[in-house]
Amino acid sequence: MSGPPAPGRRETHAEWLALLRLGGIRLAGGAFVLWAVATLTFIAMRQMPGDPALAILGGISPTPQAIAEVTREYGLDQPLFVQYGRYLSDLLQGHLGISYAQRLPVSQIIAEQSGATLQLVAASLFTTWVLVLLWTLTTTGRGRWIAGIGATVETIAAAVPPFWLAIVLLATFAFGLRLFPAAGSDGVRTLVLPALALGLPLAGFVGQVTREALVVTLEQPFILSARMRGASDWSVRWRHALRHSLLPGVSLSGWAIGALIGGTVVIEVIFSRKGLGRQLYQAVQSQDAPLVIGITLVIATSYVIANILVDLLYHIIDPRLRKDDQ
Amino acid sequence: MTAIAPTLDARHAARRTGAPWGAVLAGGFLAALLLASLFPWIFAPTDPLSILPEDAFQAPGLTHWFGTDQSGRDIFARVVHGSRQSLSIGLLAVGLAVAVAAPLGVVSGLAGGWVDRGIGWVIEILLAFPGIILALLFVAIFGGGIGPLIVATGLGVAPGYARMIRGQVLAVRNSGYIEAARALGHRPWRIVRRQLLPNAARPLVVVITLGVGQAIVWASALSFLGLGAKPPAPEWGTMMAAGRDFIANAWWLTFFPGLFILLTTLSTTVLGRYLQQRLEGHR
Repeated sequence: MSGPPAPGRRETHAEWLALLRLGGIRLAGGAFVLWAVATLTFIAMRQMPGDPALAILGGISPTPQAIAEVTREYGLDQPLFVQYGRYLSDLLQGHLGISYAQRLPVSQIIAEQSGATLQLVAASLFTTWVLVLLWTLTTTGRGRWIAGIGATVETIAAAVPPFWLAIVLLATFAFGLRLFPAAGSDGVRTLVLPALALGLPLAGFVGQVTREALVVTLEQPFILSARMRGASDWSVRWRHALRHSLLPGVSLSGWAIGALIGGTVVIEVIFSRKGLGRQLYQAVQSQDAPLVIGITLVIATSYVIANILVDLLYHIIDPRLRKDDQ
Repeated sequence: MTAIAPTLDARHAARRTGAPWGAVLAGGFLAALLLASLFPWIFAPTDPLSILPEDAFQAPGLTHWFGTDQSGRDIFARVVHGSRQSLSIGLLAVGLAVAVAAPLGVVSGLAGGWVDRGIGWVIEILLAFPGIILALLFVAIFGGGIGPLIVATGLGVAPGYARMIRGQVLAVRNSGYIEAARALGHRPWRIVRRQLLPNAARPLVVVITLGVGQAIVWASALSFLGLGAKPPAPEWGTMMAAGRDFIANAWWLTFFPGLFILLTTLSTTVLGRYLQQRLEGHR
């Protein structure tokens, strides 16, 4: 354990180069994973129930000619590997097919819906970290009782099912106190309850690991030396201990983003919000294969990219890791 | 962990768990839940499916502890009877996950080299889907219902388990007693069977305890979306879905089933952590 990094230290050229190289390696790995994910979803699409030609034509009972025409037009009569090649080249050009149920390009639906989901995920992650910083940072190492209550609250929070919390919040703050709207996705006010429903349980998880790191950090000699120099408790916690205790929580945030994206499905349904999660839910119910596949792919892609970014953030927060790269 | 004198370590451990009564409470709740799932009539003699329209929407009170739903069914009876489905879904899903993950993790950790790297990539690819999305994709292909729900939940958590088991096998493999067994000239298969597998499997108890709670949350989320157990089955997620239309005037329809999901998860977490400390000692 070396001492704290000098604040405001300029990163050297070589360190940034190493970071860039690491990013490149991670990106290549990510590209491979995404190719495999696309292949897996292609197989999944073939396994979905129902004749694709019938699904494309929709509800009205189609003539055999129409079926034959659609089968030819969409290349459904081609050998599987030809279809696979076409699927991959379409993907690379951003064509995700046409939604069976909505008769719109999947890419258009995703473009229209992803903004709302992105807002929700960002707001939830923000809520998570605000809660962690406020709660964990103030209650850790404050004697047996306060620290014990702090840790217990985190354990309980981590066990809360987000969809239950969403309904409790809805019943209390939307229907009971009428402080926030019960449904919709316009404006900051509609974001508050969904973000809290997703963010609070997550704060439980992130808070637990941050607390564990903080307990270790607060016992370090450099904390004692900061206290002896006359630094206030506030300054010791926020300026000296925090940065050393962030790593576990940040590395958990990669997993957390996945949990959040998964959580948006239920939360968007409960709050009748616009977004990818609710679209995915509806697509699964109406067996809209192209839309299911398209949204799944976009979610997997953003999850992989988020994990790469978190990994890089990790190396930016802790310069000690960068030494290992070189 | 002897009880003769409270060592510094023991005091540390006590501080970290927040006193052993937590584990006792959690174990007690889970035991009661298990009892309820086997013999529900002990706790709730009322039929969870009996309809009494004149009793509809009773608020929680002395006659109906958790109130009644739109058809006058007793929520407490339904929650108690629902423990069987929710608990067995959770247990079966985790069992399946371990059954899939253990061979992958053990082979990966033992073989090393290309096999390890190959399995590592497979896990990496499956982890690219957030678990619940993988489960949704599975439901989209194979349809809803209890069976697919269990498989979907199990497969959703399996990749994470496989990675953990692999790490465990690696850790045990490089430990001193394996080295000693090798030096004694034991055959590799015997070492795997007698030393490596039992030792690598010990933390699995913890994983399963922690996992059942998480699996129940997932499965009930899928049920809540209408993709799992079908009403009027008293499954906690399905009950919450049915109560969703009445949140504005009858909060108890959704509150109590969800509270039991929360209490179950909390109990498995607390108990799992306690077991972890007992098994691994204080790290």
